[in-house]
Amino acid sequence: MSIEISKNLCVGCGRCVRVCPGSLIRLDGKALIPRPERCWGCASCVKECPVQAISMFLGEDMGGLGGKLAVRKENTRLHWTVRKPDGTCLTLMVDSRSSNKY
Amino acid sequence: MELKIKALDTDFLIVGGGTAGCYAALTFCEESEGRILIAEKADIKRSGCLAAGVNAINAYIVPGRKARDYVNYAMSDAEGIARDDLLVTMAEGLNRTVSKLESLGLTILKNEEGQYVTRGNRNIKINGENMKPILADAVAAQKKITVLNRVNVFDYIVEDNRIRGAFAISVDEPVLYVISAKAVLCATGGASGLYQPNHPGFSQHKMWYPPFNTGAGYAMGIRAGAEMTTFEMRFIALRCKDTIAPTGTLAQGVGAKQINSLGEIYEQKYGITTSQRVHGTVMENLEGRGPCYLKTEGITKEQDEDLQKAYLNMAPSQTLRWLESGLTPSLQNVEIEGTEPYIVGGHTASGYWVNTNRETTIKGLFAAGDVAGGCPQKYVTGAFVEGEIAAKAALKYLGDTIAPPDEEKVQAAKSRLESFCNACPSSVSADDLEKAMQAVMDEYAGGIGAHYRYSEQSLKTAAEKIEGIEQQAQLLFAAEPQELVYILELLERLTLCKSVIAHLRARKETRWHSFAEHTDYPQTTPQWNLYINSRLINGELTVFFRPLVKEGAIYEH
Repeated sequence: MSIEISKNLCVGCGRCVRVCPGSLIRLDGKALIPRPERCWGCASCVKECPVQAISMFLGEDMGGLGGKLAVRKENTRLHWTVRKPDGTCLTLMVDSRSSNKY
Repeated sequence: MELKIKALDTDFLIVGGGTAGCYAALTFCEESEGRILIAEKADIKRSGCLAAGVNAINAYIVPGRKARDYVNYAMSDAEGIARDDLLVTMAEGLNRTVSKLESLGLTILKNEEGQYVTRGNRNIKINGENMKPILADAVAAQKKITVLNRVNVFDYIVEDNRIRGAFAISVDEPVLYVISAKAVLCATGGASGLYQPNHPGFSQHKMWYPPFNTGAGYAMGIRAGAEMTTFEMRFIALRCKDTIAPTGTLAQGVGAKQINSLGEIYEQKYGITTSQRVHGTVMENLEGRGPCYLKTEGITKEQDEDLQKAYLNMAPSQTLRWLESGLTPSLQNVEIEGTEPYIVGGHTASGYWVNTNRETTIKGLFAAGDVAGGCPQKYVTGAFVEGEIAAKAALKYLGDTIAPPDEEKVQAAKSRLESFCNACPSSVSADDLEKAMQAVMDEYAGGIGAHYRYSEQSLKTAAEKIEGIEQQAQLLFAAEPQELVYILELLERLTLCKSVIAHLRARKETRWHSFAEHTDYPQTTPQWNLYINSRLINGELTVFFRPLVKEGAIYEH
């Protein structure tokens, strides 16, 4: 369980550095996570990133299959996308104004 | 590395800007003109237990129920080892804090009559993905509150049993903060990482409780001589396998039952308290009927999709698991497992021994949320209430004058920290010792590997080995402030391990399966209807007993 930060997409804004509850992300021009094994998987940084440079994945030791989860924010809506290793994508939208049913 | 000293002073210092801490700051602001300082080791926007979000309010008095019903439920789940006076004062405030959060912007599901939609007898449905940013925004809007982010408090300043502030270090720069305060609230959260986790490798931090909650609040209290209670009542969560995502949403949301590999519903066999649910799963596995699952196969397509969205609001890893495998809950039952044990006073009764004002046995030091003992089943709203109670009670110290600590005390704290920075670089790291500690706790103090069981002899061995690790930890080397924080966190966990072991040894019965499963004493006996408390007296951890505070009675220090 951890995150991956795309060097190509990262714009170095540092917003992820701020929100990480474990202070695990550093900024060296671009954001990086030197100790990915310390990540909790809370997805705070994934949601904060304005350019979808950060995605989360499940480690192989917990049965991960290589899928990556990223999210795009649009006002109160969160568009979550899972990209599978074969390139296929699935998207789910959750609006923070509508409560979950469970 | 040499540490620069920065002195600060405030009226009300809040250690930890999580659930309880933020709420306490807002309350103090409403009630006084005093200055508030929140010291937070990460950043309050997403720090603490609410980082990923939460998708239900689990402690709420629903229409037709009374606060007393909630107290009775929590007392019964704790098998009588909780404080009636603390539970009552918490339960009476639960709904008030929900109204406050709604006014700050929390989305709560309502029916056509405008009433909150309930989930069972104690829960309401919300969209809590952004609950922590909502709280952080409310805090930021208050000029009287100063937030010191990325600053880690590691020790109290106490003189003559009166709190005078705390020492802290920056996560980024070599700075030692000396903070003077008229009153202090400990709201650091509980402790994870004492025991070897479900996935000790790369995914070591994929755990139920925040891996960044190291038990700092407990350790600081223990070292300062505060009385602590019920550390033997560990918490073990029953979770979705691997992702360690919550099971309540499946069990209560779509009525999924716990079944074994033969398809038999086994939960009634063992009972439905939290500890019995874990214990049942352990037993089914041990007796060859595992793995165990929550039966979700056959739920409707709509339920399936709603569950995927619900988990995105609190545990996105579970939705990722479903989507990347294609095996969503309607197609495959969700496997469940117990986590490693945690010490967390928001769910069990571990923590500071407090009065109804949430004041600890150290004058002027308050505790709220997961660090405050005697009051289980708090969840988010209970932590809010405790923050509110403590903040109001702390007002009485506003008129006091607190002088900064003696130079001698400051220099002692500085040189202790610098001893790690100037040590010989060693081949052993804080990470190595943390793993060694977790392995000892797992094997000898009732971790996952020991099926949560321990004996007199195994606890004795655990105590000896933890002592040895603590000695090694004194020689660790820190090249930068972040590493120094990791060393301090390891030392906090070791301090707490010693107290947990002492409490487990003291309760010579098995009151809660799995949470405290003593193989030498497998039964519950009435002679143990008491609290096990402890305090450091002249450097010695001393365990003693206190009679139960029963219905209608109020404990005072």
